[in-house]
Amino acid sequence: MDVILFLLFAIIAVVCAINVVVQTHPISSALSLVGVMGSLAVLYLLLGAEFIAAAQLIVYAGAIMVLFIFVIMLLNAGAEGKRGRSFMASLLGVPLLVALLGLLAYFVQRVFPTARVHFGGFKGGSPRDVGLALFTTYLLPFEITSLLILIAIIGAVVLARKEMD
Amino acid sequence: MGEVPISWYLTLSAILFVLGVAGFVFRRSIITVFMSIELMLNAVNLSFIAFSYQHQQVNGHLFAFFVMVVAAAEAAVGLAIILTVFKNRQTLNIDDISSMKD
Amino acid sequence: MSSTLLGIPSFYIIALIKIAIVVGILLQVLAYLQWVERKVIAHVQVRPGPYRVGWHGLLQPLADVIKLITKEDMIPPFANKFFFLLAPFLAVFMALLSIAVIPFGPMIDVAGHQTYMELTNVNIGVLFILAVSSMGVYGIALAGWSSNNKYSLLGGLRSSAQMVSYELPMSLAIAAPLLLSNSLSLRTIVETQAGSIIHWNVLRGPFPQIVSFVIFLIAAFAETNRIPFDLPEAENELVAGFHTEYSSMKFASFFMAEYANMITVSAMATILFLGGWMAPWPVRYGSSLVPSVICAFAGLILLYHGANAVRARDKKSFPVFGVLFLIVAAGFLAPMVQSWLMPLFWFIAKTGGILFAFMWIRATLPRFRYDQLMAFAWKFLFPVAIVNLLVTGFMVAWFQ
Repeated sequence: MDVILFLLFAIIAVVCAINVVVQTHPISSALSLVGVMGSLAVLYLLLGAEFIAAAQLIVYAGAIMVLFIFVIMLLNAGAEGKRGRSFMASLLGVPLLVALLGLLAYFVQRVFPTARVHFGGFKGGSPRDVGLALFTTYLLPFEITSLLILIAIIGAVVLARKEMD
Repeated sequence: MGEVPISWYLTLSAILFVLGVAGFVFRRSIITVFMSIELMLNAVNLSFIAFSYQHQQVNGHLFAFFVMVVAAAEAAVGLAIILTVFKNRQTLNIDDISSMKD
Repeated sequence: MSSTLLGIPSFYIIALIKIAIVVGILLQVLAYLQWVERKVIAHVQVRPGPYRVGWHGLLQPLADVIKLITKEDMIPPFANKFFFLLAPFLAVFMALLSIAVIPFGPMIDVAGHQTYMELTNVNIGVLFILAVSSMGVYGIALAGWSSNNKYSLLGGLRSSAQMVSYELPMSLAIAAPLLLSNSLSLRTIVETQAGSIIHWNVLRGPFPQIVSFVIFLIAAFAETNRIPFDLPEAENELVAGFHTEYSSMKFASFFMAEYANMITVSAMATILFLGGWMAPWPVRYGSSLVPSVICAFAGLILLYHGANAVRARDKKSFPVFGVLFLIVAAGFLAPMVQSWLMPLFWFIAKTGGILFAFMWIRATLPRFRYDQLMAFAWKFLFPVAIVNLLVTGFMVAWFQ
């Protein structure tokens, strides 16, 4: 059952990711990215990360991608034109990327041949455990990221408001 | 029934990461480039969670959480920058935005 | 598994039966909730409401469904077909999915099998509902954009921005009673509110969650796009907002999604703040007699008025309904059904009360302007929700 679920959602994730890269219209790319995030959320659940799966759906798929879609709709971004494609880039780039992928996969296989995942194998991903670690061991990064978010809010508001002359 | 080797999760993470790099390098529209960056960040999150399972600790989840928070902040500022660039250059094509000579 | 039927473990069969019951009842309730709303608004405005189709308009939802199904199904030219068709599907899917984790009652015993009165119990139930309602924004944004119509686009953008903005005070208002109940699973939250009305989260020490309840209800109005926050789909300002170009069943899907969302947030308010299916005073003081008393009272009133009726047809119909109500009152007293009927009665009574408040406010208040709406969320509700969470946390830590 684990294998079937993993394969199903991994294939959905890869197909949606290919869609993100291949589609010409930004809205199709954005919705495919939401599909990737959704299937990754299921994979997180298989790995026992309940809180992170919910946070992925609430924060990433439910807020950040909605922001992307707003901007695409506001800017009325159309489908991308075909000009300006460098043929040399595709000729050199694709084999290099395949080589990078092969290298990563080989190293992964070499270092972790035997560890196995089954649903329910890790019970420490509940919100209680994440919260305990967040507010004891990782308190300083937590406070710093809250400051970071404040800076991002101020920056976004300053950049996006109308110029007052 | 059946268990999934952890290397499969890491390989999936590698595939998603490479697809993100492909989008980042080959696409011409700023917004799609930005979305490929988010794809790369998601792939890395998957790696973090998989390693957290392997070591049976919750620290990987915390790292993934912070990656999500930083991605949110980056998306907010990045999209504001994209809006400003569009206002000034009236195009979203990264080749046309640069005003330096070829 | 303990037992199998035709080789399938009983767990799956019970789950399938529960899904069938919940979906069946839910779809009926969605149709008739619209009838109830029209009647409530009509009586507030001193007019009879739907009256002609069936007795007191009870067949009106059926007439509406037939009308909507047989209308011409149009797709506007130059619209993006795939997203135009996907948007109502997404809206309805997310709206119905969130009912899956809502518990309706305690454990019941049916023919030797014990099961909970819910579809599933996820131990991150609250986060699941928040996630699903965050994803519900996509249906509306896509509907507005894919219609290739500037009014739809504006309505869709405004509506999504409003829903995303009000998610923040809603999440903070949800977080405060979680500090009192100490769990994210909806069933556990209700079980910690057992006892009497003093133990419900809205009145429970060390800090009664009255402010959270009010903030949650206000944010719920905005999340479901109901008056006074329904400018994005206002009929007189924006043609019809994001669903301008939709006709027939797709239009009906958006309305189904809106009513299903209303039911979900009312159920969430009941579970988080009003004690779910727990009775206001313990059973040993007679709280299980309340529905019987109400029905018997209604039956006696009908019998009295039937005896002194003015119109001829009331002489026949009132006594019949009076006797019916008395039979229902006796039915509530039967000991076999008390174990599952009483909790269900309290849950439906509380959720129904909140739904009635939704309709009452729709009939009474004017709608906010869009900038007033957004300023209210970001400049008033959000700071108040943060301060409320702070005070709750402080009081819980102080009195532990």
